Amino acid sequence: MGLSELTAAELGREIAAGDVKVREALDEVFARIDAVEEQYHCYITTDKEKAYEEAARIQAGIDAGELTGPLVGVPVAIKDNLCTAGIKTTCASRILYNFVPFYSATAVERLQAAGAVIIGKTNMDEFAMGSTTETSAFGVTKNPWDISHVPGGSSGGSAAAVAAKECWCALGTDTGGSIRQPAAHCGVTGIKPTYGTVSRYGLVAYASSMDQAGPLAKDVTDAATILEVISGHDVKDSTSLKRKDTRFTEALKEDVKGIKIGIPREYFGEGLDPEVSAAVKRAAKELKSAGAVVEVFRLGYTEYAIPAYYTIADAEASSNLERFDGIKYGYRTAEYADLHDLYKKTRSEGFGTEVKRRIMLGSFVLSSGYYDAYYLKALKVRALIKKAFDDAFAKYDVILGPVAPTTAPKLGESLKDPLKMYLSDIYTVPANLAGLPAISLPCGKDRIGLPIGLQLTADCFREDILLRTAFTYEKIRGIFL
Amino acid sequence: MSSRDRTEEGSAGRERNTLPLEYETVIGLEVHVELATKSKIFCGCSTAFGGAVNAHTCPVCMGMPGTLPVLNRQVVEYAIAVGLATGCEITRHGKFDRKNYFYPDNPQNYQISQLYLPICRNGSVEIETESGGRKVIGIHEIHMEEDAGKLIHDERDDVSLVDYNRAGVPLIEIVSKPDMRDAEEVIAYLEKLRMYISYLGASDCKLQEGSMRADVNLSVRPVGEAYYGTRTEMKNLNSYTAIRHAIAHERERQIALLEAGEDIVQETRRFDDREGTSYAMRSKEDARDYRYFPDPDLPPVEISQEWIDAVRAKQPEFRPEKMARYKAEYDIPEYDIDIITQSRHMAELFEETVKICGQPKKVSNWLMGETLRLLKEHDADPEDICFSPAHLAALIGLVDDKIINTNVAKEVFEEMFAQDIDPVRYVEEKGLKQENDAGAIRGICEQVLADNPQSVADFKAGKDRALGFLVGQTMKAAKGKANPGVINEILKELLQ
Repeated sequence: MGLSELTAAELGREIAAGDVKVREALDEVFARIDAVEEQYHCYITTDKEKAYEEAARIQAGIDAGELTGPLVGVPVAIKDNLCTAGIKTTCASRILYNFVPFYSATAVERLQAAGAVIIGKTNMDEFAMGSTTETSAFGVTKNPWDISHVPGGSSGGSAAAVAAKECWCALGTDTGGSIRQPAAHCGVTGIKPTYGTVSRYGLVAYASSMDQAGPLAKDVTDAATILEVISGHDVKDSTSLKRKDTRFTEALKEDVKGIKIGIPREYFGEGLDPEVSAAVKRAAKELKSAGAVVEVFRLGYTEYAIPAYYTIADAEASSNLERFDGIKYGYRTAEYADLHDLYKKTRSEGFGTEVKRRIMLGSFVLSSGYYDAYYLKALKVRALIKKAFDDAFAKYDVILGPVAPTTAPKLGESLKDPLKMYLSDIYTVPANLAGLPAISLPCGKDRIGLPIGLQLTADCFREDILLRTAFTYEKIRGIFL
Repeated sequence: MSSRDRTEEGSAGRERNTLPLEYETVIGLEVHVELATKSKIFCGCSTAFGGAVNAHTCPVCMGMPGTLPVLNRQVVEYAIAVGLATGCEITRHGKFDRKNYFYPDNPQNYQISQLYLPICRNGSVEIETESGGRKVIGIHEIHMEEDAGKLIHDERDDVSLVDYNRAGVPLIEIVSKPDMRDAEEVIAYLEKLRMYISYLGASDCKLQEGSMRADVNLSVRPVGEAYYGTRTEMKNLNSYTAIRHAIAHERERQIALLEAGEDIVQETRRFDDREGTSYAMRSKEDARDYRYFPDPDLPPVEISQEWIDAVRAKQPEFRPEKMARYKAEYDIPEYDIDIITQSRHMAELFEETVKICGQPKKVSNWLMGETLRLLKEHDADPEDICFSPAHLAALIGLVDDKIINTNVAKEVFEEMFAQDIDPVRYVEEKGLKQENDAGAIRGICEQVLADNPQSVADFKAGKDRALGFLVGQTMKAAKGKANPGVINEILKELLQ
């Protein structure tokens, strides 16, 4: 069996034991990238030279017995909206086409401190705005299961890279489903943790009140292992939580006896593909057979999640993206008459259509005279949605449902109808609005062989029960990737 | 409704043709104060003034992608302290909001400020008016915010450069109610704020250096009317003189417009004190929509009752109470009290020194005399005084004990003022002890009399001034260290 077939945790064990050298893992992954990257285009940037330098340093640490841990020497890919010191960080936008930060995101630093080796930066929807990775300024990523389909998004590059074995695991970010949805479309496992669990420092903000970084991995064990490494309080992020319960790998037990699983009736209504519906229901049945209590219930306010989400996310984005002005870094237009013209041309040329659409929508909902009617109302809806989840979690440990209404759409299909694309986020945005942890893992394939995702959501701070349920289901399902 | 509408409809308008109208000026102030924290409001960078361009910056205060603000607790503490001193309600559950506007000195293109839930509300300060009366000026709110960087225009290369050293320096903005009626009230109000804030150590409040900046909102209305006319806001006022001139100028400008039957445009005007004129910066028509909304990067500012109580317990005794207590406790002139209490540092120096030596008048004399003289000479503030109460008390003791004379004491004091030397050791090391031995002084006196027969003759002829000369000569011969009282006595005795 080639090294590519191992999980990240398995590879880490072999490296820690001295059976595999870090360099060998890099040889393997870069050979794979050379072979298939042209076909899938998962990466915006790869940095072989830096990776080998880092590998030598880490190998020395391992040989000296100073570096241990589950991810030591494991090559990882990072979504291109997480800052990496010395490596270009573009957010898949022309406006940051040349931006090389001199600081790293805390999540990245923690991975590196654990001995992981960064091999490159993955493609994504521009500034994480999109559900297909097609809004990238640097080309589309293709779904490794069928290259005529999208990988999902916005962390499409990370999900596809794991699926295509162009890395063992990757970091993504999730503002409205951007880890879970591409994970579902690419047949990998992705977690969005409780808001505040992973520091947002160095994560280029899209919607600050919902952005969370998390893992995209081959299985639940890898996902839990990575999440454990990148979690924890960070003084540089005022919204980061002081959690003590971040030893997520300890929750990996094969036991769902007595766990109460609720299935929102609203998640199985109009628009859900029958094959997706069947696969998700089958997963629920299997968990029930394993001893979980499974019930269907009514979850309130589900129809308001999409409008509330896009109002709040776009409002925050319109402000967060103001700093990209051509003054301090990044793209600047070639010729301009005055300051206003410099701003106008730089931003018109530097941002893509979807980003501009969201900046305009966000600016509108915050503008004087409309603030109360849109932004403030959306905040009220958000509070009601949170309340609905509080009520649900008073009765259930885990909420089970689909990740996306369909399997991965065909390339080019979604951009024709942005509203339809927005609506496809219906199952993922509620967790972001309410700050809840949620996991996406494969639960089958449709008739053309595209993966279907299962989503489990738990109450805030209950990654443990989420991981236990997912881990148990994974054992029942068997190896997918 | 504009002021013009009112005057045309109201009785005042009809009277205009017969009697000249008398106008009242209505003024409200927005005062920005730079807080004296060591680090910036949302990052660890230094707030020190000066420093090489962009030396005091980091990814956070440069607005780099992915960076996040972390609130400096000391800023909140200073804001609470100023709020309590000015009788404000403290907002227990506050928030920061983003004020969005594009300008290169604004690194994120939004300023983190407070709109919806400012930290302090509904306060007031009492001022003394020129006539000696008292007046209460309302404070609408105080909020916390970050300062912007500075643009530097390079005329030669025709480029603009940005220095972000000041970006992120903490500010509080104190918004008054429109309760002031003339420049004297405005200045009395600013002085009062300055006293509170400097006593709290929250800022040095220097208009010239920009650590205190006042924007004047002004409108006029016929005397006796209660409505508010259309106001303008004047910026760039960095001295009391500029404020006085700007108020006089703007009042005249607005009255002239009204008299000519024209409208006053609500706008921001920049006052140029050198030219004595102002020009419009931007009007309400092109007023920006700042799209304020709560900053999602910062959690709500929760202020517990315990925190408020702790800040209250640390509040210093402010000047009015201090002056009253000095009048009761110390036998020194009111003039001295007025000067000494203008600075909390000087007042505390005074009290501590008196505590040690028990001689308020002598302590006050050193502060009012030599200290103020040297401060003026060095263009320094009372806050810059470095000598300790113990050393000043020791110096007074040296004079009292006749170990040094007053002239030597002044010399020693200059050293103390410069570098807080220990006067006892200094006098010892430099050999400045006064000669009190009558025998030794008598010898010198005899020699001086022998060397100056003409002066002796003058004195005996009734010219008292000759004695002064002889005393001076004796002191000179004694290298300044002889006890002047003893010299006097001995000379008088020898001359008789």
